[in-house]
Amino acid sequence: MNTAPVPASSHAAKIAWRLATVTSIVAETPHVRKLVLDVPGWPGHRPGQHVDVRLTAEDGYQAQRSYSIASASQDRLALTVERLDDGEVSPYLTDVLTVGDRVELRGPIGGYFVWDVAIGGPLFLVAGGSGIVPLMAMLRHRAAALETADVRARHNVPARLLYSSRRWDDVIYRSELARLAQDDETLEIAFTFTRETPEGWTGFQRRIDRMMLAEVAWPPGERPHIFVCGPTPMVEAAATALVELQHDPALVKTERFGPTGGSA
Amino acid sequence: MTEPFVSRAFRGRRQTVPTAGRLPPGQYETRDFPVLSAGPTPRTSVAAWDFTVGGPAVPLARWTWDEFQALPHETVTTDIHCVTKWSKLDTVWEGISIDTLLAEAAARGVESAPYVLAVCDGGYTTNLPLADVTRGKAWVAVSYNGAPLAPEHGGPARLLVPHLYFWKSAKWVRQLRLMERDKPGFWESFGYHNYGDPWREQRYSGDP
Repeated sequence: MNTAPVPASSHAAKIAWRLATVTSIVAETPHVRKLVLDVPGWPGHRPGQHVDVRLTAEDGYQAQRSYSIASASQDRLALTVERLDDGEVSPYLTDVLTVGDRVELRGPIGGYFVWDVAIGGPLFLVAGGSGIVPLMAMLRHRAAALETADVRARHNVPARLLYSSRRWDDVIYRSELARLAQDDETLEIAFTFTRETPEGWTGFQRRIDRMMLAEVAWPPGERPHIFVCGPTPMVEAAATALVELQHDPALVKTERFGPTGGSA
Repeated sequence: MTEPFVSRAFRGRRQTVPTAGRLPPGQYETRDFPVLSAGPTPRTSVAAWDFTVGGPAVPLARWTWDEFQALPHETVTTDIHCVTKWSKLDTVWEGISIDTLLAEAAARGVESAPYVLAVCDGGYTTNLPLADVTRGKAWVAVSYNGAPLAPEHGGPARLLVPHLYFWKSAKWVRQLRLMERDKPGFWESFGYHNYGDPWREQRYSGDP
């Protein structure tokens, strides 16, 4: 954690609640919806940041949750929401909300798990399941920022993504990822599948482990900026393995969600 | 917003009777114990571990793991509240009261000061007013639910300051630095509230 933080101001403006309007909804997978939002006065965000969403019932009861921003900083705000069957907020966002509905949110929030091209490369992203979302914001931002750049500029910020999913149908953004990689020789994507593999699959078919990370990541000597996001056990395992592989812990930034899988 | 917004067709889950009044605004109860850390989990062996309390000037009070474990332990049952919205009720911890550590440090010549910075393995820091870690309000916890604290939950030792959002309960704590002036810690420098009272919903800088 050697990033020089921006000094906090005790007079910082409140991160205000804003009323966003849903402008489109896209099914990314059977369990995942992309919500594109029109947010009047939105101040912009950095890739990797999140928002807080607040729902209010007739009687004033409220529930809040955090969602990673999926869109590039250049684009209209989009959230990608995975439906958790026992969730309180996500089933509302994925099943009830329709185009034209409004939803309260505030942000952007978080200043550590962020990357933009100014930070530079190499960029190594490790995703588990819906942990792809903030990393996709980074890849979308990178693609947009480098769209008009020359080949040398691209080679200054090469990116690799290692993305673990249960099965092919659960891969979020799969056509967009394929398109991004096709258009950009400095972006490499490796998938691994933990439950079922697509027919004829010859790639990884196990949980992310040290050997896989050693194979896919840049050598530690190249000092890649590493972002790991996913369920807690996956992030714990990947971050620990990266440190064992001699990556500088200060360059490994993590975001974890969901249960620990352990008692404590 | 001039008039309260209502989310169309949202009902939500109401608090059950036993939790009513125990959840701060915007929080929900979880039975699980989520893990949130900004980086890899540091793994410091207890043989290499020490704990220090330092004043604005030298000297430092220092304890090895064995010396630390010989200090009086307290059992604490408390509710905890994470800024990411989950709260966990009736968690059971065992640890050494900060009052105990500061009294020992004072006896060894460490001067007191109005602010504390907790400094951790991995580089994490968090800042607190001294008044928020004294008089039975804070501990260095070494066990959770009767078992040694797991590394991903901050083991071997973490701060426990349950009346503030849980990022103030710094994992992998190794030092309390007494300071004349307040200085924002890690998350406090990345847009999170400097104090972090869950009952006033002080999540981010600029919140009341």
